[in-house]
Amino acid sequence: MIDVLSRFISELRDSGVPVSTREAIDAAVAVGEVPLLDREALRSALGATLIKSAEHRLAFTTAFDIFFSLRAAPPLIEEVLTSGEVPSMTGRAAEGSGQGGQGGAMPTEAELAEMVRDALLSGEAERLRDAARLSVARFGGVEASRPVGVSYYLHKTLRGVGLEDLLARLLSGALAPGSTESAQLGLPGSGALRERFAADELGRRGATFRSLVEDEIRRLLVEGRGASSVAKSARRPLIEDVDFMHASRDELAAMRRAIYPLARILAARLARRRRHGRRGPLDFRATIRRSLSQGGVPLEPRFRPPHPARPELFVLADVSGSVASFARFTVLLVYAIAAEFSKVRSAVFIDGVDEVTGLLRRSVSIADAIERLAREADVVQGDGHSDYGSAFRLFHERHARQLNAKTDLLILGDARNNYHASEAAILKDLQRRAHRVLWLNPEPRAYWGSGDSIIAEYAPFCDGVFECRNLRQLQAFVDELA
Amino acid sequence: MSAASTGFASPAEALRLLGAVGYLADEEIATVVYLASRLEKPILVEGPAGTGKTELAKSVALALELRLIRLQCYEGLDEAKVLYEWNYRKQLLRIQVERGAKGDEGPAWSEVEEDIFSEEFLLARPVLQAISSPEPVVLLVDEIDRVELETEALLLEVLSDYQVSIPELGTVRATGVPLVFLTSNGTRELSEALKRRCLYLYLDYPTLERERAIVLERVPGIAEHLADEVVRVVALLRGLELEKHPSISETLDWARTLVLLGAEHADAATTRSTLNLLLKYRSDIETAARELALSGAGVSPPAP
Repeated sequence: MIDVLSRFISELRDSGVPVSTREAIDAAVAVGEVPLLDREALRSALGATLIKSAEHRLAFTTAFDIFFSLRAAPPLIEEVLTSGEVPSMTGRAAEGSGQGGQGGAMPTEAELAEMVRDALLSGEAERLRDAARLSVARFGGVEASRPVGVSYYLHKTLRGVGLEDLLARLLSGALAPGSTESAQLGLPGSGALRERFAADELGRRGATFRSLVEDEIRRLLVEGRGASSVAKSARRPLIEDVDFMHASRDELAAMRRAIYPLARILAARLARRRRHGRRGPLDFRATIRRSLSQGGVPLEPRFRPPHPARPELFVLADVSGSVASFARFTVLLVYAIAAEFSKVRSAVFIDGVDEVTGLLRRSVSIADAIERLAREADVVQGDGHSDYGSAFRLFHERHARQLNAKTDLLILGDARNNYHASEAAILKDLQRRAHRVLWLNPEPRAYWGSGDSIIAEYAPFCDGVFECRNLRQLQAFVDELA
Repeated sequence: MSAASTGFASPAEALRLLGAVGYLADEEIATVVYLASRLEKPILVEGPAGTGKTELAKSVALALELRLIRLQCYEGLDEAKVLYEWNYRKQLLRIQVERGAKGDEGPAWSEVEEDIFSEEFLLARPVLQAISSPEPVVLLVDEIDRVELETEALLLEVLSDYQVSIPELGTVRATGVPLVFLTSNGTRELSEALKRRCLYLYLDYPTLERERAIVLERVPGIAEHLADEVVRVVALLRGLELEKHPSISETLDWARTLVLLGAEHADAATTRSTLNLLLKYRSDIETAARELALSGAGVSPPAP
């Protein structure tokens, strides 16, 4: 056990989850406290001792499923044959290759489809698992020696089963009043809600089936290849390391959840700076308490901390094509910050500038905000390629007076100017007016200054230029502000 | 191990005892709570608002029949509110009384000092209370993410050795290790050191089945089919992109309201008119009504 545990922990460390020695020891102790054969208890015990952050849970689950997969699964075909749940199958000759060496009866495609369908309709865990196992045996063609990961076989199996089609068929069947599907699903509700219930329920069962298929594939792979090797191919970057520029939709959604707390910290950090050095009203109680050590003579007055002032922020973001996915993230950040700052104003630019404060405020959701930005923001003056010089000039004309000693100007962009004039002098004037100018650049530092990137020309007039490619760097930036 | 004798004997027992006081735990919660009492470690509970983090601590106290000491955190919480404070008013009075009694001469300084820095003048705050309590207690440090780093470090120190030193009095050591719950809404990252010392429990929104069981348990007189509809609607809402998703407590509020209104079904029209119980932002209500096509359903079909 200790051996598996230590390999498991080193896999976690390799995928970027920090596990201290202390935590490893705790895990070992905790494992001793729970029944060893109870996989879920083991998962809870390890999770509670090793994983200390919601963002690391996905990495943990992935690794856990690989290292503690259901190894001693009963022989699949036997199970099916003896259970008698699929009576039509008994006595049928093996079709296809069967599954490695076991060579029992294999359901035909039609029978299998029937079985998956029934399992989905009943929603019973046992039937779903059997169906998932058979599907993998039938369609997965898992060869442990081939260097492909779980997702390849998953895709192959699900395509073989035709899960999406099947779910869609089940859904339309379930919606027809009085159908068998509808009766079997046994859903409540009426009208539009009933449709949504059915879709929701089927979606949930589909997801369960999918994860069961995944479990089975993983089990086969681990059997053939060993846990460490499978884990290595299943490793995904932690959400805090995902590059904004190449984030998938799911990853963006996960980032969204992570970004709200960060925006709050950012606001708190900026506020703390302002609190510094000022005093609030006299704290009578603390003063008297203090005076006791001087025999009741209040030598040293104590003050309450002042009420933190809400800072002001102006965000100026490049939304041109070269930073399109960064811009999505930018909107996310601005949207999240807006709640924390009394006066957050935002403007977006390509070669023209448009203030979008009101637009963002009117948006119902982030998706809506992004759509509105694309439709309504007037940011193209010339050829539609980013022109920082022209954007700064326009920004200066319209908004320079609104910057004051309390305002921070936050610029988000890659400073790729398409060989236009840089107009750095304007940025210099903006810096003079504002409290600080901070620049977040989504490009790797190594690319700065290459080609048409002129970040070096702007850098002298910024109070800080930061590489900001992922959440970790954003976090570092926020920390640095303190 | 003093805590072990008062803690849960097994995860299964934790599940049972928590269930008996009306908290429907799942296997993970039960296991972590059991481990906490076995390993004598604090539990850090994180998760979205309204998933029963605080409720868990209260229920554990109730289930084990222990006293619950609660420390509500807020920005600016300091040592005097966490650990202890000298009751200066009483101390001043004492000094004055001494002075009055003995005329201008007054008592010797050392006498007074010994006198006014004794337990009589000490105001024990939640953490000191929890530690000095002769019988084991449950200490709930609520919303720890709200305090500053300094206060967090202070708590950390106390929670690692379960002792507090008061310069004037000496060190107060815990007689029985308290069962500590720290809750956090994740508004800021807690320090690594604190996390290392704790067991971690992430409370997410419950599964459909568990939430249904919770509704049936906590809402008296609700019909089974209505409970089912209620949790399904809530599950749909949680799938939408909203500012704030409905929490368990809001689900319960809604279910209670439906029972009070005498609603047979959570159909479109009823849901639309009571959506403000589940969602607290106007934009969310609009989104939900649009996405679930609630507003379009003018006539609610009669119940079968």
